[in-house]
Amino acid sequence: MIVAEQKTIAEIKDMVAPYSKLLIMGCGTCVKTCFAGGEDEVATLASALRLAFKKEGKKIEVEEITVERQCEDEFLHQAASPIARNQAVLSLACGAGVQMVASRFAKTPALPGVNTTFIGILEKKGVFTEKCLGCGNCIVDDFAGVCPISRCAKKLLNGPCGGSQNGKCEVNPETECAWQIIIERSKAFGQMDKLTAYVPPRDWRTSYAGGPRKLVREDHMV
Amino acid sequence: MSGSRLQQILSEGGFAVTAEAGPPRGANAEVVRKKGAALKGYVDAVNVTDNQTAIVRMCSLAACAHLVQMGVEPVLQMVTRDRNRIALQSDIMGAYSLGIKNILCLSGDHQTFGSQPDAMNVFDIDSMNLVNAVKTMRDAGKDMSGFELNVAPRMFIGAAENPFADPFEYRVIRLAKKVAAGADFIQTQCIYDMARFKEWVRLAREQGLTEKVHILAGVTPLKSARMAKYMATKVPGMSVPDALIKRMEGAPKDRAAEEGIKVCLETIQEIRQIKGVHGLHIMAIEWEDRVPEIVESAGLYPRPQAD
Repeated sequence: MIVAEQKTIAEIKDMVAPYSKLLIMGCGTCVKTCFAGGEDEVATLASALRLAFKKEGKKIEVEEITVERQCEDEFLHQAASPIARNQAVLSLACGAGVQMVASRFAKTPALPGVNTTFIGILEKKGVFTEKCLGCGNCIVDDFAGVCPISRCAKKLLNGPCGGSQNGKCEVNPETECAWQIIIERSKAFGQMDKLTAYVPPRDWRTSYAGGPRKLVREDHMV
Repeated sequence: MSGSRLQQILSEGGFAVTAEAGPPRGANAEVVRKKGAALKGYVDAVNVTDNQTAIVRMCSLAACAHLVQMGVEPVLQMVTRDRNRIALQSDIMGAYSLGIKNILCLSGDHQTFGSQPDAMNVFDIDSMNLVNAVKTMRDAGKDMSGFELNVAPRMFIGAAENPFADPFEYRVIRLAKKVAAGADFIQTQCIYDMARFKEWVRLAREQGLTEKVHILAGVTPLKSARMAKYMATKVPGMSVPDALIKRMEGAPKDRAAEEGIKVCLETIQEIRQIKGVHGLHIMAIEWEDRVPEIVESAGLYPRPQAD
């Protein structure tokens, strides 16, 4: 999933301060799963903002809506009227969702209520970890199902750096060294020989390095 | 041959001595010249670090060029942290054009450890890829795109290895990969854990790697017990035995530095006995002025003269 984290109330307050009619818009997919921008978070944030502004004697009307997915146009139709009657929309979706809202509604400022952090997994209750950089050319089959591009701080393709110790990354001792896992897993299914081969430099054109990417599926076009 | 004296000494079966010198945090070339002058004649080549520990300093390339001008042979250290493949290849050509004939290919310390942790890193290629790129430039006379170069930079190619990092069993595999990728010589992380170093060399020897690559064993003299503890706890991938820390603690404060030099000399004598080790790399951190006496006391002076 795309993992996101809600911005602080102080930051959000500053961002929405110029407006007296605000729509907070949640998203029912990834950000809901990571407790950053689903229906519950929309309601909590709306109450907190109302209370905070009331304390300061400032009048603000906050309306709430949550759609299934902000990144798909068909789910945004239901938001058209609420957006039209507010001065700004605070989106609690990821960076893609907030921009979809921005491009769909030309006359209303779209504000980001969350920071999109990474593509990751729910490792255990309350803990999310990064697992993919979206490089556009998956190679985890060569690395025992572990991605050295996203999970090694130096993107090393040819083995661990000199700072790996006790299975931990030198950059953050709470992060597991991806190469330690690659080696342990490879040993477990007898594929250590894969790790003796030289891995040539990556072609980064499939990644963000090639500029904004576009995927066209002609078989799905109408 | 690249015309490198280091290469000549190693290929003739000599025991090479290199030392590390860090460039200044500023544009003062005098600092480089002073370090170069202190080391001249006592070591076969001087490694110039490339923004080590991710702290911004005078670039290695320029500092190496200053050394060349004064007749000191440099080893250009180059990390993949700050430059993409375009900049790396370009700098290698420029370095060779300035008379720099040795290179040490590294990935580099992560920028979050340095003075500007808010910086973006590059890591377009890794150190293994860099070794291979320098080899391709030298032996095939082509850049990474396959374009034929008018003059090929004929570098003597080095890489680093850390026998003390984990997982240990992969360390020799990684050494073999670096040799296959094109490394001519290896400079190791500094050795305090002699048992583990010996085991690493033994495994390398078993696989015939010490016949294919020149291993230069790294040493860093300790200045104090505090430094020993810092190395043990704060430097990633380092192994410092408790006995050594205790020994440094046991020395009177005003004698600790001398004890550190003594430990270093004992380490060097042990290193010289290990079959498959072809030289010594002295990393005396901001202590380059003590290198000459270390080399002399170790019986490694005078150095072989160039042809």
